[in-house]
Order: sequence, then structure tokens, then C-alpha cells
Amino acid sequence: MFDKRVTVFMGHYGSGKTFVAVNYAVELAKRKKNVSIYDLDIVNPYFRTVDANKTLEKYGVELVVSPFAETNVDIPAMNAKSYKMVDDKLRYAVADIGGDDRGALALGRFSDKIKEENNYDALFVLNPFRPETRTIEGALEIKEEIERTGKLPFTGIVNNANLGKETTSLDVVKGLEFAKKFSTITGLPIKFTAVRRDIIDEKIQEIKQILPIDPIKYGDWL
Amino acid sequence: MAEKVLMKGNEALAEAAIMAGCKYYFGYPITPQTEVAAYMAKRMPKIGGTFLQAESEVAAINMVLGVAACGKRVMTSSSSPGISLKSEGISYLAGCELPALIVNVQRGGPGLGGIQPSQSDYFQALKGGGHGDYKLIVLAPASIQEMVDLTFKGFDLADKYRMPAMLLADGTMGQMMEPVSLELGEVKEYDKPWATTGRDTHEGRNVVNSLSLSPAQLEEWNLNRYERYKIVERDEVMYEEFMMEDADICIVAFGIAARIAKNAIMNARKRGIKVGMLRPITLYPFPKEALKKAASKVKSFLSVELNMGQMVDDVKLAINCSKPVYFYGRTGGVLMTPDEVVGKLEEIEKGDAKEW
Repeated sequence: MFDKRVTVFMGHYGSGKTFVAVNYAVELAKRKKNVSIYDLDIVNPYFRTVDANKTLEKYGVELVVSPFAETNVDIPAMNAKSYKMVDDKLRYAVADIGGDDRGALALGRFSDKIKEENNYDALFVLNPFRPETRTIEGALEIKEEIERTGKLPFTGIVNNANLGKETTSLDVVKGLEFAKKFSTITGLPIKFTAVRRDIIDEKIQEIKQILPIDPIKYGDWL
Repeated sequence: MAEKVLMKGNEALAEAAIMAGCKYYFGYPITPQTEVAAYMAKRMPKIGGTFLQAESEVAAINMVLGVAACGKRVMTSSSSPGISLKSEGISYLAGCELPALIVNVQRGGPGLGGIQPSQSDYFQALKGGGHGDYKLIVLAPASIQEMVDLTFKGFDLADKYRMPAMLLADGTMGQMMEPVSLELGEVKEYDKPWATTGRDTHEGRNVVNSLSLSPAQLEEWNLNRYERYKIVERDEVMYEEFMMEDADICIVAFGIAARIAKNAIMNARKRGIKVGMLRPITLYPFPKEALKKAASKVKSFLSVELNMGQMVDDVKLAINCSKPVYFYGRTGGVLMTPDEVVGKLEEIEKGDAKEW
């Protein structure tokens, strides 16, 4: 955790990539200077990193996002500054990629440079409470689809087992068991477990690597 | 691995449709409902069903008509501008007396509008949309679990009364994620002796058609259908009452607006305003009787909607204008905050608010 210059979060859509990426960037910024987060989601115009802009600003994380995110302009656009992710080697880069293989398409153009520099983590965000990644086979299928399109092999797994507001610490522990099975089959290490800060208890504290998550607040209706 | 799963509204309703026995989906992508099509594209081939991205919304709704005429469960989904395009076909479905589920994940309008959530297709869903004397069963979910439950229910009601049903959701319901249970019970099968499935053993031909060569016959069809609508209005009303026991003001709101209103009610009660809510779950049939009953207890009504005031007249009609009715709404894809609603409630309490 926090040791690579580039950290890319990918996974099934709705697996929690944006929450994980934003909180990771904040934690990284508490430890290192010059952190940028790149929102490369070309799939979904809603629920984007820009919703966390105040938090990111507070911790000095530079946000690079399409100016059209969360507006009525529904086009798959990226910010031109996104190239800094691979070109500006003095800055730490956290990348939030859109869901599934369709989302990973946006990463493809950066992948050769990321591999060439070879100072990166490409992390598969895994939530076994999502119907399509409830089984190992389902998760494998999505992992392989993303790698094919994104052209960047994964280097690790993030256990992000959650049921939204109803998540219990037991769910997180169960998710870790699932992630371990997935780890054995894929050979990818579990880099950390993401868990909402307010449900961290003794059970969670036994897990070695934890990223506490402060949810992004979207509105009073959620 | 668990009983509950975390799902996005759009995929949750798609899965619920499959569980309701829907094996045919025809659609055309439009934000904010595209995930329905994406989900169906992935799932339908796996269950031996058909997913087809039509060349247009008009084509999709007519494919729905074709499958419905064969007596099979079928659905289409779109968002506001796409529903306008489908409206001709919806009228034909109603005229042909065919069951089908149409999903509208509403966005801001009119015209191309925007892609943020809205409830400004109330008129379209409830007061026509297409031409002719007809009604749609209109269901308004306010949680992802209700997206699931009401999709399942929608197919059942459509079959039961041989009429199209609409799930009137909005961008937030389509896009947000919540844990849901997909234990939906048995699918009830209905006899469909009218289905165009071949001559088989019955006498005569089955013809599914909305064209009548005689005005008297067309009138009779319409009268018969309206007899059925009476039963729907008597038997199928669904609503939720929230903190109505001691309420002075009754908020009327559906879908996402009801969710915001719930938070407003909690805040307003902390400030001593006695407010409750009557949330229509079925917009057609509209909970007229429940509102009339509420009118005998409360001092006034506040209709909270994400539009310029489309349901508020129905509230006035339901209570026969016996109590003052107020309105608060935002439009164009802007969500109101609970505080804005509390502000309106305070105005009403002080006597400063203007009636609708």
C-alpha cells in the first residue's frame, strides 16, 4: 500500500472503485506529497470523483476529471491533463477507471507507458455482494475481460465486500474469505481490505491491511 | 454468497423482470436507463431469452406488441424522450388489450432536456401520452427493493387485467445502489386464450388488433375496457402512510421526492411541525379514497414533486378541494433538499404560503 507511483483501480461496475480510489488518494496524500487522482470513467456520468472534490481539495489531492462529469453532457470524454498520469513522473497518480471492460477501454492508451515505467499497481476491486461477481467464475470472467481491454495485467486485489449502508463487519470478513479464494486461483495478492470507517471493530482490526472508507456524500435522499 | 445483493436500480429491475418470466426485451439505449439494456444483453442469452437492440424506440415498442400478442411476457425500457417515441405503440398496446411492462427512468425535459433525474413525465404516464381512451397501470418505486418488487408486480397486473403497465422510475432510482432481496415468490401464470399462437384446437382465428370498422364496436371495446379499469381502481391501489397518526399537514409525494420528503418530515418534526406523508405507490390507480380519508383529519396538503406541479391537481380532485393544497417542486433535473421542503412547511404553518 502507498508504495507505487501509479495505482489503478478497476473492476466490475458498482464494485465501489470510486469510493476506494478517492479514499486511497486521501490516505496517500496524508503520507506523500504531489498526489493526483485521475477520473477516467467514460461509461457513467453519475456518482463521480467530482462529488468528493471538497474532500480531495482539503487534503491537497489534485483532481483531473472531465469537465462534463455530473452535467447534462453525456459523452465519454476525458480531461486532456490525463496524460500527466504517465508523463509527470514526479507526481503520484491514482486512477479511477470506469466499470467492466467498457470502462477499461479508457486505460488502454496509457497501459504501455505504465508497464514501461513499471512502478504501478493495477488493483481489481472486488465486491462479492454484487450479483455478477458473487461466484469465482463470474469474478474471473470480468477480470479477464478488463485485462483484455485495458491491456494492463492486474497486480493485486482489493476486498471491498459491502452491502451499502447495511454492511456489517461480518460481511467484510466473509468477503475476505472469498477474496482469498480468488487470490489462490488468480495468484494475485490481496493488497488491502476497504471498509467503511464506522463499522470497523475487533473483527476488522484483525485484518492486516485496511483502508478506512469515508463514504462520499451524494444527497440526503440516499 | 449472501441472501441480499447490492444492485443498481436499473440492473435490479432487469433481474426482477427475468425472474417474473420475461424472456423478451427490446430497447434502445438512452441515459439514465442504459444499464437495463446492458444487463439484458448479458443475461438474456444465458437463459435462452431474446435481447434485441432495435433500430429505434418506435421499432422496439412494436416488437413488444408482437411478442405480447403471442402471449409472452415482454418488456421495454427507456427514458423520457424515448417514451415519447414509444407513445404511439403504447396506445396500440392498450387498444389491442395487451399486457407488457414499459419502464421509464425519467430525466429532465421537455425536449432533449437533460440526463439528471426528474418526475416530469407524470402527465405523460397518467393523462395520455398516446392517443385514445386508455389507462396504464403506473407504479412508482421509491427504493431499489421496490424497483424489484414493483417490476415483478407490474408483469402480474398487466397479465391479470390485459393492459400495459408502466414502472415510472427516475434517474436516481435507476442509478443508485442498495441491497435487495431477490426472493420474489411464485410467478402466477394466466390463461391467454386470445394469444396468437396458432390455430391449435380452438375454433376460429385469434386476431389481435386495435382497428375497428364500426364506431359502435369501438365504443363497446372502450366501455368494456373501462369496466375493467373500475376493478383495477377498486382492487389494486397501493400507498404508504408515514407518520400520519397525528399529522396536521399531509405531504403527498412519490418515488424519489417521497424519499426526500421523509427526511424533511423527520427534520420538521424536530421543529414541532406535525407533518406526515401519504405516498402513492400506484399512481394509477391513484389512492383517492386514502387521500379523502386523510382530508378529514389533516389541515392541509403539500404535494412535493420533481416537476412544475403535475400530480397536485389529482390531489385536489381526490379531496374535492376540501382542504388547502400547496405545492413544492424543483425541475430540470435539480433535486430538492429536505431543508427546502421544511422551509415550505414552515411557510404553510405561518400562513404565508400561497395555495396551488
